[in-house]
Amino acid sequence: MRLERRAHVPLYLVVVAPLAAVAVALILAGALIAAAGVSPATAYAEMLRGALGSRLSVTEMLTRATPLILTGLAAAVAFRARLWNIGGEGQFFVGALVTAWVGHSLALPGPVGIPVLMALGMASGALLLAGPAYLRLRFSVDEVVTTLLLNFIVILFVGLMIEGPLRDPLAFGWPSSVPVDGDFRLPDLVARTRLHIGFLVAIVAAGAVWLILARTVFGAETRAAGLNASAAAFAGISLPRTLMGVALLSGALAGLAGSVEVLGVTAGVTTTMSPGFGYAGIVVAMLAALHPAGVVAAAIFVATVFVGADAMSRATGVPSFIADVIVALCLLTMLVALLFTTYRVRR
Amino acid sequence: MMDALDLLLNTNLWAAVLRIATPLIFGVLGALLCERSGVLNLGIEGIMTMGAMTGWLTVYMGGDLWTGLLVAAMCGGLMGLLHAMLTVPLGLSQHVSGLGITLFASALSYYLYRLIVTVGDLPPTIEPFRPLDIPILSDIPVLGPILFSQTMPTYLALLSVVVMAYVLARTPLGLAIRMTGENPHAVEAQGLNPIRIRIGAVVAGSALMAVGGAFLTTAAFNSFFPEMVQGRGWICIALVVFASWRPGKALLGALLFAFFDAYQLRLQTVVEGVPYQLFLMAPYVLSIAALILVARRAQVPEALMTPYRRGER
Repeated sequence: MRLERRAHVPLYLVVVAPLAAVAVALILAGALIAAAGVSPATAYAEMLRGALGSRLSVTEMLTRATPLILTGLAAAVAFRARLWNIGGEGQFFVGALVTAWVGHSLALPGPVGIPVLMALGMASGALLLAGPAYLRLRFSVDEVVTTLLLNFIVILFVGLMIEGPLRDPLAFGWPSSVPVDGDFRLPDLVARTRLHIGFLVAIVAAGAVWLILARTVFGAETRAAGLNASAAAFAGISLPRTLMGVALLSGALAGLAGSVEVLGVTAGVTTTMSPGFGYAGIVVAMLAALHPAGVVAAAIFVATVFVGADAMSRATGVPSFIADVIVALCLLTMLVALLFTTYRVRR
Repeated sequence: MMDALDLLLNTNLWAAVLRIATPLIFGVLGALLCERSGVLNLGIEGIMTMGAMTGWLTVYMGGDLWTGLLVAAMCGGLMGLLHAMLTVPLGLSQHVSGLGITLFASALSYYLYRLIVTVGDLPPTIEPFRPLDIPILSDIPVLGPILFSQTMPTYLALLSVVVMAYVLARTPLGLAIRMTGENPHAVEAQGLNPIRIRIGAVVAGSALMAVGGAFLTTAAFNSFFPEMVQGRGWICIALVVFASWRPGKALLGALLFAFFDAYQLRLQTVVEGVPYQLFLMAPYVLSIAALILVARRAQVPEALMTPYRRGER
């Protein structure tokens, strides 16, 4: 028995692979739910109801999906070029911090200020990833380790700022940064819910990333760099320039996620504002097979799991950590599923 | 300023260095073993978390401390087997699989902990490893309290360094492992099976990582709580590069790192007016700085991260 690379990947496999991966992950997690003494069928039904059962829960789920789409895009863009950006979490926080910082005292009208703040969030995320990218290109320092370690540094820095210079004197309990000015809060997409127009920003970003990857020279260069770096270099593609471009784009997307979360949901920054959006973005990107359109669907799925699991946990007593288990299992099963889309088994 | 220097003369600090270094020594040896056979194991952070949880849980359920370490090693080995199956015979991306293992192993640990243990206001505790006072030796001034009043797992870690260095450098098994990391085709030509060697190395390496995690809950602290590994796994990955894939240098790296960590903790109490987060950042910043210094000269195993498929170049 051996593996043989497929010359052509049939379309049905592209659709079936993630579905099969999710199904296997849900079955495996079902065993863990059963171990808690709860019927998996009941638990999954509760999860679906918790995430999609009412108008409010759907908007809540889409609110959760918004940053996941953006961090998922960030991971997808980077992984396509084999730039292992595991620093989405740090870039998210930098974007959030800069947005809250500047947004607190920016003297601009709302419609002008919002894009400016988003651009600043993007720029700061991009700069944060430019560092590790530069270290890889200049000193061949592995970017996995540097981006991971930067996550810890950034979160400590956020803690330093919100307990020090950016402390909100009006916040009770956990320290929080000063909030952005009310003029810059994103308008609601659906009245009287938390769903804000940031969701549309994320969808537009997915479209833009798709256009960049599929229709520009830069997109073709990143694909080439990811598939075969030495062949790409031989074909005259400048790898350092391409990888730096990818790093800036990827970091900007994760930074935008932080910016949008502050403008749309939290107003101020806390060290607990992200339940691992950066890391979950990696799962989203893999479930989407690194495709921008797939990222939107995968982010909605992951958000459903997270929001649904909270409700299910309250109803049945199964620990809500099951959501993280399901999401992690999906990553592993999807990895295997992807193998069968690119290879076939020959006897 | 004088206070900061005085700290250096405190035997307490130096005893803490060995204690803080212990989980790192296990972790860095585990990561080193995996990488020497050609497999990057980014599952380390999750495997250490799993070791911390399962080791603690075994003792909490009535097992003795050594059984705890053994169970942790077995659970870690199991996670390593999963990573090995995905990356070696199937040849999947070692980066993505490793991250998947980290996410899975940590989530599973937290889930099972919540399921089995009822947590009140404070996490439940166990009776951890006590420092041994080795007779006579621990009475030596200065050196005694530093070297001879540690817990048993710390001595086990130091012994592991010697064993790992000896096995890798001086035995046929070590030669086979190193060769698999450099050129698996040559291993095949010798009539050995590089796939089995890689799987074995990853399982054994992961077991070591898990023991490092278990040290945290059975010796350094006495309870388990989420996020307690705090990036120690990632630091081990950085230390392997810093050590240029050598066990002796890995020990040195772990001790150096532990020294900075122990020193910054104590420095926080004497230096005023500096936010404590800056001190906490220092170990991570230093890790990155160390990587920059050595990365260029690093002697990376030639076949690291290259999946081996029989009859495929």
